Amino acid sequence: MYPANFDYVRPSTVEEAVRLLAKHGDDAKLLAGGHSLIPAMKLRLARPKVVVDIGRIAHLSYIREAGGAIAIGAMTTHADVQASKTLRDKSPLLAETASHIGDVQVRNKGTIGGSLVHADPAADYPASILALDAEIDVVGPRGTRTIKAVDFFVDLLQTAVAADEIVTEIRVPATAKTVAYVKTEQKASGFALAGAAVVIGPNGVRVGITGVAAKAYRAAGVEKALAGQKLTPDLIARASAQASAGVDPLGDIHASPSFRAHLAQVNTRRALEQAVRRS
Amino acid sequence: MADANTTPYVGRAMKRIEDPRLITGAGTYTDDLRLSGMVHAAILRSPHAHARIKKIDTAAARAIPGVVAVLTGADVNASCGFVPCAASMPDLKAPKHTVLAGDRVYFVGHAVAVAIASDPYVARDAIDAIDVDYDPLPVVANAEDAVKSGSPLTHPDLGTNVAYTHNVSGGGNIDEAFRKADRIVKHRLYHQRLTPMPIEPRGVVASYHAGEGALTLWTSTQIPHLIRTLLPGMIGVPENKMRIVAPEVGGGFGAKLNVYAEEALISHLAMRLHTPVKWIESRRDNASATIHGRDQIGEYEVAVKNDGTILGLKSKTIADLGSYLQLLTPAVPTLTGLVLTGCYKIPAVKMEIVGVYTHKMATDAYRGAGRPEATYLIERLMDVIAQELKIDRLELRLKHFPAPGDFPFPTSCGLVYDSGNYAAALTKAKQLANWDQLLKDRAAARAAGKLSGIGVSTYVEICAMGPSKAMPAGGWEWGCVRMEISAKVTVITGVSPHGQGQETTFAQIVADRIGVPIEDVVVMHGDTAVAHYGRDTYGSRGTAVGGTAIVMCIDKILTKAKILAAHLFETTVDHVVFEKGTFTSPGVTNRVITWPELAGEFYVAKNLPADLEPGLEASSFFEPQNFTFPFGTHIAVVDVDRDTGQVTITKYVAVDDCGPQINPLIVEGQVQGGIAHSIGQVLFEQTIYDEDGQLVTGEFMDYAIPRAHDIPDYILGSTVTPSPVNPLGVKGVGEAGTIGATPAIANAVMDALEPLGITHMNLPLTPEKVWQAIKSKN
Repeated sequence: MYPANFDYVRPSTVEEAVRLLAKHGDDAKLLAGGHSLIPAMKLRLARPKVVVDIGRIAHLSYIREAGGAIAIGAMTTHADVQASKTLRDKSPLLAETASHIGDVQVRNKGTIGGSLVHADPAADYPASILALDAEIDVVGPRGTRTIKAVDFFVDLLQTAVAADEIVTEIRVPATAKTVAYVKTEQKASGFALAGAAVVIGPNGVRVGITGVAAKAYRAAGVEKALAGQKLTPDLIARASAQASAGVDPLGDIHASPSFRAHLAQVNTRRALEQAVRRS
Repeated sequence: MADANTTPYVGRAMKRIEDPRLITGAGTYTDDLRLSGMVHAAILRSPHAHARIKKIDTAAARAIPGVVAVLTGADVNASCGFVPCAASMPDLKAPKHTVLAGDRVYFVGHAVAVAIASDPYVARDAIDAIDVDYDPLPVVANAEDAVKSGSPLTHPDLGTNVAYTHNVSGGGNIDEAFRKADRIVKHRLYHQRLTPMPIEPRGVVASYHAGEGALTLWTSTQIPHLIRTLLPGMIGVPENKMRIVAPEVGGGFGAKLNVYAEEALISHLAMRLHTPVKWIESRRDNASATIHGRDQIGEYEVAVKNDGTILGLKSKTIADLGSYLQLLTPAVPTLTGLVLTGCYKIPAVKMEIVGVYTHKMATDAYRGAGRPEATYLIERLMDVIAQELKIDRLELRLKHFPAPGDFPFPTSCGLVYDSGNYAAALTKAKQLANWDQLLKDRAAARAAGKLSGIGVSTYVEICAMGPSKAMPAGGWEWGCVRMEISAKVTVITGVSPHGQGQETTFAQIVADRIGVPIEDVVVMHGDTAVAHYGRDTYGSRGTAVGGTAIVMCIDKILTKAKILAAHLFETTVDHVVFEKGTFTSPGVTNRVITWPELAGEFYVAKNLPADLEPGLEASSFFEPQNFTFPFGTHIAVVDVDRDTGQVTITKYVAVDDCGPQINPLIVEGQVQGGIAHSIGQVLFEQTIYDEDGQLVTGEFMDYAIPRAHDIPDYILGSTVTPSPVNPLGVKGVGEAGTIGATPAIANAVMDALEPLGITHMNLPLTPEKVWQAIKSKN
């Protein structure tokens, strides 16, 4: 497991990292926690000529309240998200989701920004990021811009973040306790065969689904069926049946498309039931 | 010093002596070796399951700075002999197995070329730069397809995909048994292919001393001695100029009970290049080019009377051997035939085993090797019979157990089970599981609409391998015990533990019998320069066979020590009393001689009787007269999630009888690990090749092994039935867990699904498969 030759640079500021990305273009890859990039490099599935390690950039790891939202630095580890009292008190879904990621070692190294921008179709965070209607800040040569969660995931391993941009911050709204993430894991990798995140708020229900399709998505059919209704068990069951409507489910040795679609429905129902129980 | 007040070490649940160095990262594994001038090898492997190699262009690879050499089969095969298979059977059709491919490749992962470079990164760059022109050929990746007429041939030059047909028949007349039957119960079972996945992959370092003509080979193996027996014939270095070292070995499970092409190839490269060479296997290479386990498909028929009496068992098994024969590849399925009748009196058996070549990696011994397959099938069959005849499944089992007085018990498969009390283990397991309550809980769960199941397996297996007449290359074991001049004790064993804990258990045995503190005992192993002889570690043989050789050494040492003590007491040996490390001679003298004094006399040697040699060391070979046959009962309780097909083990009880336990903590660890292997096999593990022979499960991202959160809290118990085969009475426990557990868990899932009318599913019982089965009944 030996990667191909590469150069290694370690910027100390976001601005310097942006300049390095601009300079090296497609030859460069950002290294955050390394849990996607390094295995890919060791298998020689990724052969970047330059690795730009943003691990030592100060002030990219934090969780703090900012207005009505909670701001999370892109380099915050899954373990810190999982353990954050601020998140657990004000917006517990992300902390719950982080607890489902990998194992202790993975959570101690992997970062929220790295995970989101890698956009693995079976990663856990995307479901919750969508359900929370989060905002993602990116910095590039053209300055800073904010991407809405619903616009962030573009396709398999593709996001709205440009090759010369860096994710710096994720903001999630404060929520009630009526949230939940329910996942069926792929036994080998621990990623999601299907994961459903739900947020039940004063203005309706939002549902994010990961693992099922080439990219995580909002289960619009479920949200619509629940809008403005009292969340009875019957309604939840009927609405959850829409969790994979209109998507093209993935199939592989771990689960067929129909099983993934089915799990999306089951886990959506269970997440909704769980969130209701938490009210 | 052990004294009258200390309890014996044997029987104590002591922590392992070897663990602190392993836990603190202070162990030395093969990859930790750094030899002066050492270069690194990387192996290019075939991406095709079957292809003709038209051309290999190594020029670009050789041009990379730091590359020492790039070699192909044409360069090295003539100097490396053939990879050996130790199993000989009549009419076995075997391909010649060279260390690198010749003009064809026969499986994905087949070694095609080797690059040697100054560091492992450059070596890997070099194999990427080798250009191989392949002409893909027709592939057969399924053993049942392989035996159909018109199938592509794995090795066209053999003219058939059938390597051998092995017939087992024994006991009474099988045809008569089936004629007398009230009912024939039929079942088809698939034992899926598994990848052993030791956490440490294989690795080899070879160093050749040209002046002495001597080779030292460090290899992550279970069998340094068998390699020293077999490697000379491959590379031409005589046995007495060859030293094989197994450093710390990070898991074997049978996958390292083999002589691999790389062991000969890397040795040859060290000789050829005049410098030490290291090769460390990657995970992907381990998944594709280290042996796999299981992979049997069987059709079974049982002749039964309406009262449940089993009259006979017939089976036809296809064993998928993969493309080549490794050390024991063809023999493993025959072990299934040896223990086909399980722990039951079944008067007549007939079994046909067909070993079949396919374009896949070789199968070979994997934890249990043949016995898990046999146990799974007989234990599934017992449940199926009980269900069809509406007989209680425990009653059916009890009805067919040999009674304690029936031992030694000759089976229809030709073995003689040494000792046993199968009903006692079953009774104890029922008590530990609170059986009656389990039945009530299951009834309540079912009434509430839940899918809840209880599974039982009663097993017997073959351990302590074994009598030399039944083994390909000797089944004895060697040991040596030496009391040093300082009264420290050095124990050398020919077994090669790699997790089994014999540095601890042998020290316990020696400390008790010689009467010294365990801290004064060191157990050495795994280096043929130290342990001159040995048959190594596999088949749960370490303590039963290797431990007995040590006991024989101790007896010799004590006999010799008493002669000197008698001399010093100025009396005769029959007046010497030895107890807990001290020699006395009551009624003759009040003098007390302890080991430090006696050891000193042995080596200073100024005061020895005329006919007594200096020194206090003894070695012994132990030849077992039979295998041992541990047994037990496992009970698993599961819940099945109707919506997701997810199986959860809610209770697990195992009662294993491995005879007297030297160290109950180690026994428990072995049982726990074995059950974990079964949880993987029953619920999610499987090696998958697609129809083109591509390996789909080549990484941990796709090959699922059990993790901590998959493991329930086990309730473990034991019964103790000593074996008459060795003086320790021990039977072996390394494989028992995985032999007993697979059918218990599978039976529990099938029991949970039985109310839905689901009677059969193939392993692994993955959520999707269970969900599909449930859905099909809705």
